[in-house]
Amino acid sequence: MTSDAVPQRATIVACPDGPILVRGDVAIVDDDGVPIPRRRSTVALCRCGASAIKPYCDGTHKAIDFRAP
Amino acid sequence: MKLPHPRGPLSATLDDVLYAQPGSGARLAEAARLALESASDVVTDDDVQLSLYVMYELAYRGFDDVPPDWEWDPDLLHARALVEHSFERELRGRVEVPRGIAPDRASVAAALFAMTAPTPGPSVARFVAKRASRRQLEEFLVLRSIYQLKEADPHTWAIPRLTGRPKAALVEIQADEYGGGVADRMHCALFGQTMRGAGLDADYGTYVDQIPAVTLAGTNLMSLFGLHRRLRGATAGHLAAFEMTSSLPNRLYGDGFRRHGFGAATTLYFDEHVEADAVHEQIAGRELAGELAQQEPELCGDILFGAAACLYLDDLVGEHTLSAWAAGVSALRVGP
Repeated sequence: MTSDAVPQRATIVACPDGPILVRGDVAIVDDDGVPIPRRRSTVALCRCGASAIKPYCDGTHKAIDFRAP
Repeated sequence: MKLPHPRGPLSATLDDVLYAQPGSGARLAEAARLALESASDVVTDDDVQLSLYVMYELAYRGFDDVPPDWEWDPDLLHARALVEHSFERELRGRVEVPRGIAPDRASVAAALFAMTAPTPGPSVARFVAKRASRRQLEEFLVLRSIYQLKEADPHTWAIPRLTGRPKAALVEIQADEYGGGVADRMHCALFGQTMRGAGLDADYGTYVDQIPAVTLAGTNLMSLFGLHRRLRGATAGHLAAFEMTSSLPNRLYGDGFRRHGFGAATTLYFDEHVEADAVHEQIAGRELAGELAQQEPELCGDILFGAAACLYLDDLVGEHTLSAWAAGVSALRVGP
């Protein structure tokens, strides 16, 4: 990447009846501001509340038939 | 890897000719015709599926002492096309593809999520989580190794055949599959780590002689779709279905290995997939398959066919595995 490259603007996608996809330069931190490990450039945040790996999605919304408001 | 041991006349003919120079395979097409005629079911025939696997593997890593030019040998490709045609026709006749799906992003994504919705009842994942013995866990890894040690590679063939958002979506998924640029994090490398953690050999192709035809068919399906531009829609649908049926089972696979006392390094592959595939399924369903249907509406049917064929073969492999384990026998192939 060259020094004058423009960083990718962060985007947040609310997937229908699914998680929130986050791309780009966003810090994901806990309530105390401590960074939560981010292992991939695009992450899915739990929206149904039932994930076992919160704040990330583990697909459980499908098992509980979650419907996004 | 070494050429696998033949399982019938076609794979024996392949074994004969592949050590010779390319151009000496005139017998292959006739051998393929005979093998297809004599197979009662090409989808589960050992000779047919192993032969197709060997012919495809020339396009991946090749075989020890086999001249690499065989990959594009006209006689070999002719024989491969005969087998591919028969395999594809059989699957198209067998799988149920949802009808009346509008070729737009939301409808196709919704159809794919509906096709892959979690179901109750027996599954390999539930068995692995609760009941599988240590020996059965090893069999599970061996069965998976035929694809997982080249995980993501068959779908990568589709990248140059796509444009715009579907292409960017596939690259986004594959970059993650390949560890985001970190070799040790490549999913194929993580699977190797899991195999070694369970005391298995993680070298590519080590266990191919123990892989039953139905499992080879699942890997061959991906190569069939990936190597034909015509079938790029089927690759997109296959990947979507694969990702959509991955997160929840991988949690259970990890539970099975934890139950037997395996540590975090060995279960990392499964834990990684719980998180990664919850991302990938959204991208694959909407940005890849959904967008592709919208971009090229004539591919909509193939997108759904690719997904349905993935699920069909997954079910066949699952039935094979569970019925063997229920009978107290190995799910691996034994004998010559």
